[in-house]
Amino acid sequence: MHEMSLAEGVLQLVEETAMRERAQRVKLVVLEIGRLSSVEPEAMKFCFEAVTSGGIAQGATLEIVVVPGEGWCMACGETVPMGEPYAACPRCGGYQLRPTGGTAMRVREIEIE
Amino acid sequence: MCTVCGCGEGQVKIEGGAPESSHEHAHVHEDGTVHSHAHGHDHDHAHAHGSGEALAGVHAHSHHHADGSEHSHAHIHQGEHAHQHGHEGHHHHEHGVAGDLDYGAGPARAHAPGMSQSRMVQIEQDILAKNNAYAAANRQWFDERGILALNLVSSPGSGKTALLVRTIELLKGKVAISVVEGDQQTSNDAERIRATGVAALQINTGKGCHLDGHMVGHALERLQPADASLFLIENVGNLVCPAAFDLGEQHKVAILSVTEGEDKPLKYPDMFRAADVMLLNKCDLLPHLEFDADLAEANARRVNPELIIFRVSATSGEGLAAWVSWIEAGLEAQRGKHAETVDALRRRVAELERQLEHTRAVK
Repeated sequence: MHEMSLAEGVLQLVEETAMRERAQRVKLVVLEIGRLSSVEPEAMKFCFEAVTSGGIAQGATLEIVVVPGEGWCMACGETVPMGEPYAACPRCGGYQLRPTGGTAMRVREIEIE
Repeated sequence: MCTVCGCGEGQVKIEGGAPESSHEHAHVHEDGTVHSHAHGHDHDHAHAHGSGEALAGVHAHSHHHADGSEHSHAHIHQGEHAHQHGHEGHHHHEHGVAGDLDYGAGPARAHAPGMSQSRMVQIEQDILAKNNAYAAANRQWFDERGILALNLVSSPGSGKTALLVRTIELLKGKVAISVVEGDQQTSNDAERIRATGVAALQINTGKGCHLDGHMVGHALERLQPADASLFLIENVGNLVCPAAFDLGEQHKVAILSVTEGEDKPLKYPDMFRAADVMLLNKCDLLPHLEFDADLAEANARRVNPELIIFRVSATSGEGLAAWVSWIEAGLEAQRGKHAETVDALRRRVAELERQLEHTRAVK
């Protein structure tokens, strides 16, 4: 979903940080993508390459760490693993499941020089 | 680019990178004269020098994470140095890259261990955080003024604008209303809204597929909605992206029309999950269609068990009374917040006055 504008958001964060740190080049960007965040890692990689072209982060390696999904099942009254958004509860099979983990997408760190 | 004010939000590109490295060097000509000159290098401009500088060494390595996943990546090292990866929740490791490079007597030797050119910087920031900050500011602005803001989202052609026009006609005698219209191009929708007599502002997103918190913040400055009024935002017709961009509204209202499929909430679950209310529109057409309204509602509740659903028709007006009552209840709740803000401010003023009296008495 709209990976291009998200990649722009990533680039902005990376560039702001690199400027602040007076970096010459960004070598590595570590991105956390939750399994329930609706962001496709493959699409993100493609867009990242496109948006970084010509800037300080050109050629930087994009490392994606996939964070597993978790949800709170109202029927079971406990936290259960969720493989995909809107999945049924693996314990009771119900859909009263509210995602609690693996929903975010954030820039964890960058390597600069 | 921000399409309201034209500022370059999100498009900030620093061409050629941050501080451009300039480089001075001297030439000795055959006749013995020496001249020196400086020139700047673009970081992606390769420039080979003879002695004193080494070739960059490429170095690949892999990490094993605690969760069992593995990744590998390559670094280009410019010098002999140790570097550290501070991957949170993973192992920490440090490794020197010795032997594969030689800077000779060059200045790179001056780098102390641990002061390497390459380093990790922790960011730990949500990518949507910037938008969320704008949205939070908008939300506070609405709450302080007792304004009810609704963000209407749907696919193109679900009847959002027609529904808005009908809603405005039913409410405009009772409450002040202002409207923001988001579309890629044209101001057709804002013109339809203005025809009802209420203030409307069109935002053209150009290439953008959704409105964001920043655009709506600018719209607020331009429209200046009255205290305790209704602020309606018609988002770009798109069932995907607007789900991820909070605008600071109190509720997202998803509109599904019966000329679409019953399985749309399952196909585009993010939007129906993000919404608090779903309007099943064009219900006057149900007798002519094979659309199963109960199935559509069941699908929507499967992705969002707490969804409030109204069956309506902007054309016939059916079901609109319940929808309008829901808006009125929301306006009442926002007025409560406004009153709380006003009361809190009054208490604060009273407290400051007491303090002032006290200071005067002491003098």
